[in-house]
Amino acid sequence: MIQQHTEAPILEVHDLTVSYNKKPVLWGIDFTIPKGVMVGIIGPNGAGKSTLIKTIMGLIPISSGFVKIFEEAIDKVRLRVSYVPQRESVDWDFPTNAIDIVLMGRYHKIGLFKSPRKADIDAAMEALEQVKMTEFAQRQISQLSGGQQQRVFLARAIAQDADIYFMDEPFAGVDAATEQTIIELLQKMVQKGKTVIVVHHDLQSVKKYFDWLLLLNMHLVASGPTKNVFTDELLQKTYGGKLSLLSKVGDLLKQHEFPHRE
Amino acid sequence: MQPLYIIILGSLIASCCALLGCFLLLRKMTMLGDAIAHAVLPGIVISYIVSGERDHTAMLIGATVAGLLTTFSIEFLSKKIKLQQDAATGVMFTGFFAIGVILISLFANKIDLDQDCVLYGEIGYLGLYNDAFIPIEIWRMLIILGLIITFIVLGYRQLLMTTFDLAFASSVGIMGALWQYLLMGFVSLTTVASFESVGSILVVSFLIIPPAAAYLITHSLQRMLIYACLIGIIGAISGYYLAVFLDSAIAAAMSVACGVELILIFIYVKLWKERVLSKAVY
Repeated sequence: MIQQHTEAPILEVHDLTVSYNKKPVLWGIDFTIPKGVMVGIIGPNGAGKSTLIKTIMGLIPISSGFVKIFEEAIDKVRLRVSYVPQRESVDWDFPTNAIDIVLMGRYHKIGLFKSPRKADIDAAMEALEQVKMTEFAQRQISQLSGGQQQRVFLARAIAQDADIYFMDEPFAGVDAATEQTIIELLQKMVQKGKTVIVVHHDLQSVKKYFDWLLLLNMHLVASGPTKNVFTDELLQKTYGGKLSLLSKVGDLLKQHEFPHRE
Repeated sequence: MQPLYIIILGSLIASCCALLGCFLLLRKMTMLGDAIAHAVLPGIVISYIVSGERDHTAMLIGATVAGLLTTFSIEFLSKKIKLQQDAATGVMFTGFFAIGVILISLFANKIDLDQDCVLYGEIGYLGLYNDAFIPIEIWRMLIILGLIITFIVLGYRQLLMTTFDLAFASSVGIMGALWQYLLMGFVSLTTVASFESVGSILVVSFLIIPPAAAYLITHSLQRMLIYACLIGIIGAISGYYLAVFLDSAIAAAMSVACGVELILIFIYVKLWKERVLSKAVY
């Protein structure tokens, strides 16, 4: 296994095992991530990518091992950590509008048992502006397109003003313009010294998007800078036999220049 | 004064149920409300037996504990034993209810309680047992409504966030389980406080129908809460006069009135939406 550890990591996952119903879904995961990089978590369906970030966020109990963020347990540093769940995980028919969703990101700043002040609403509007959604602030969320809904989720994360971001498939089912907006925004955040960790599906954009990769298939296949880790051999190991099919599809896409979206 | 008191009590019960029902509906667990409404029975009976009289405080406590126990055991069955959520609900509430029925028949000679009273209730008996100026039932329901409003106003953001996106709410450190159990605790409390009046079956219609109707006509949670209360109150008032007109059971007429409101709202929304669509085409 290729594995590159870093000095003074911002995130340390040590020998982590997670199980559902006593059946392990993640086995002995061990890696570290440095500050200020854009990280992709890559692997086939059922590899445990979402489970990994949910476990890091403390949403799923750990069977063995530990997770440290900023050298602390997650519960001590929640204010500095932001989590963006999969868009499909919530009911978008919920009776609320875009700005109310974004204001959820200001939960701690608003404080217990209080209502949002002007500063909170300004911050939420600014977050919406960054994802180019200002005019949709009062729009009911069921009337937004998939890409717009994903932008609202991203705006909520921006409003949290965290130092490390975990995002579960932010590019799934979004249009090309949204993907572009999101990736530019994430890259800007990384330039400001934030760390962004993204569960990602599309192998073609990996090299373009990420500085650092985790290759995952229940075990950790490799972790390290993209240029060292993104090799045919390691991808083959991660995806097993399925990759040849995937790469054929990728070649076809390139040849015919099909529109590039999911 | 009796008709006025019945309408006031009906409106109070409808409001309590409507407020809680909105969150049950959005959490897709309205049937858990049904389950709790039935499963509080053993709690009521046991507190009857223990306290030896119609002691309402003991009954409220006993029933709330039973309601929470039901919620907890349904969670346990579905999470740990991996039974489907709906199956777990079915198993637990019928089980609890059956225990309650057995307890009633075992202690029938000691307690003033029977299945009919629990299942159907009778709001018409309001104030019959005491001659206070304002019946104690109204005071009790008023206090519970006050508690529920305080709960929702203070915990609005936590309730909103755990209902819309539990994973995100947990990720910022909100304890999802705590708010779930608080909500279920209030559902139990409301159910048991109103079972004498409307019975444990019809209380479910107050929990579900007004929120469902409100959900059809608004895109804002705050407005949904208010509309649901209004729909429930209109149902209580018109249901009372329907019952007088038909000379029938009052609580049942109230719940039928709510159902009629739901149908009218549904038709209105359908027609209105079609009008908007046809305008958009031309």
